[in-house]
Amino acid sequence: MNPGIDSLLRTIGPYNGAPNEYNYEFAKQQLRSSKILVIGAGGLGCEILKNLALTGFTDIHIIDMDSIDLSNLNRQFLFRKEDINKSKAEVAARFVKSRVKNRFLKIVPYYGRIQDKPVEYYQQFSCIICGLDSVEARRWINATVVAMVGPAMENLVPIIDGGTEGFRGQSRVIIPTVTSCYECTLHMLTPKVTYPVCTIANTPRLPEHCIEWASELAWGQKFSVKFDADNEQHVDWVFEQAQARGRQFHIGGITRSLTLGVVKSIIPSIASTNAIIAASCCNEAFKILTDNNGHLDNYMMYSGDDSVFTYTFEAAKNPGCPVCGTQTKTVRCQNWWTLETFISEMRTMPELQVKNPSLSTAGTKLYFAAPPSLYEATKQNLCKRVKDLVSEDDEIAITDSSLPISLRVKLEFEGPESEPANIDVLVS
Amino acid sequence: MLRIRQLQKKKQEEAEAAQMAQSHGISPVATNRVNSAHIRLQKDITELDLPRSISVQFPNPADISYFEITIKPESGYYQHGRFRFAVSVNENFPIDPPKIKCLQRIYHPNIDLEGNICLNILREDWSPALNLNSVIIGLNFLFLEPNPTDPLNKTAANVLKKTPEVFRSNVLNSMRGHYVDDGYYDNVLR
Repeated sequence: MNPGIDSLLRTIGPYNGAPNEYNYEFAKQQLRSSKILVIGAGGLGCEILKNLALTGFTDIHIIDMDSIDLSNLNRQFLFRKEDINKSKAEVAARFVKSRVKNRFLKIVPYYGRIQDKPVEYYQQFSCIICGLDSVEARRWINATVVAMVGPAMENLVPIIDGGTEGFRGQSRVIIPTVTSCYECTLHMLTPKVTYPVCTIANTPRLPEHCIEWASELAWGQKFSVKFDADNEQHVDWVFEQAQARGRQFHIGGITRSLTLGVVKSIIPSIASTNAIIAASCCNEAFKILTDNNGHLDNYMMYSGDDSVFTYTFEAAKNPGCPVCGTQTKTVRCQNWWTLETFISEMRTMPELQVKNPSLSTAGTKLYFAAPPSLYEATKQNLCKRVKDLVSEDDEIAITDSSLPISLRVKLEFEGPESEPANIDVLVS
Repeated sequence: MLRIRQLQKKKQEEAEAAQMAQSHGISPVATNRVNSAHIRLQKDITELDLPRSISVQFPNPADISYFEITIKPESGYYQHGRFRFAVSVNENFPIDPPKIKCLQRIYHPNIDLEGNICLNILREDWSPALNLNSVIIGLNFLFLEPNPTDPLNKTAANVLKKTPEVFRSNVLNSMRGHYVDDGYYDNVLR
């Protein structure tokens, strides 16, 4: 083991909440045996993977759906020119393994989407570190990991989420169902820069206004296909139009790279910001897994654009959070119940508190109470047996105007297959 | 992990106690979860509370992420018109606002001939705290009070600003499907 890490492990951190229970041997074992998943092998992911391996973690998995692009090479230092078009996860894993001298080190890459993997895959990890660039992927992994937690808090996998945007970044620790989750704090996201359509259409003042005019208004007038920011010819056309508009309104500074930046909402990624945030993420993983010191509770923001500033606070749990605000409730359903019976039974269940609910599963709309057109389209389900519409593996999402949020319900079927002829059977 | 393990232990004990009390087994997690964008959309759609002058249609009821709305203003310049809009919501709702486009070619200061709409809460002022109801109400408001200071159709806006009587007759002509200033418009009278 790295002597620096060993001396860290031998010292109980000053913020350790339970110093008497700290055990050096156990901590050392944790370092060696903890299975860690790194999501993203980009700017943050490269740093995270390198840090974890050098810290002495030996069982690391890494997922990334992307392949290496020339523009990544300035900061994604595990990649070389000859790696272009190869899988980020695979090249990163190979590079770190070749450089870090630890015979126990195992890095398992996966070249694909996080959505490809089943829940069981995520359950095997002690901790997940995210170095992602998309809100969608973060929401997905957050919802998946929060949903894994059982009623006795089994399958609890902490998520450490890092993110950077130019000179700013943040790292946070999410203990599913205990601390706030990613969805709880969606409102804190920096909104995407947008300009009023009227400004774009009539009074452009910035190069960005001209580019948005070309990509959003002029494109729609000229072509019937949707503008695709990944299509070079589309971007070229938008660039030319934006330049023409710039000349008309005496606005300079419209370049092709700015055009690409605006249409793809690119924020420059800065190597030093990535290094700082990745270091913080790995530091938290080390503390959480070894119990050596208290971990971040639960949000650290870093700003490097106007001197250097960090601020740590506890992002509060949102009681109305659609992901962690409600735990899935299990409801018993008679095998013979029709959807209509089930809905009227639900109204009498005190733990549900619903009046006029609408129900759907991941695949189907079971019943929509409103608007009229959806009521008409779903009302034929009312006389069908619930059992024929939903399986025990399906989660039912219930919304109701009397609920501040929604309910997630899972069914357990029991009882006779058809409605008992004699009412006494029901009572007994 | 220590804190987590302590919490887990506590929960386990609670669960066991609860189990003893009502012999109710611990249920495994549902495998087919409904994503939160969908739940939010379901909530927004089933709780729409719109005036009589606005109706909602789902061309494909299996897909609630696309629907159309019809606005029939009960007063103002656009009274008697029937204005149709397409609304689409993506997987990133409510982070991303719903996309709304006018399906007809109409004469309106805040709607251009391609159906783009200049409404702040659909773009720069959208927030996840707003919902579908609020944007539809906002859209309705554009027909009751067209706003000439934030124009998308500049010609129409200038006419409204300078000569409201001419604007009124232009709107009437355009709604009948006639030409206004060399431009043709769709007939939107029912």
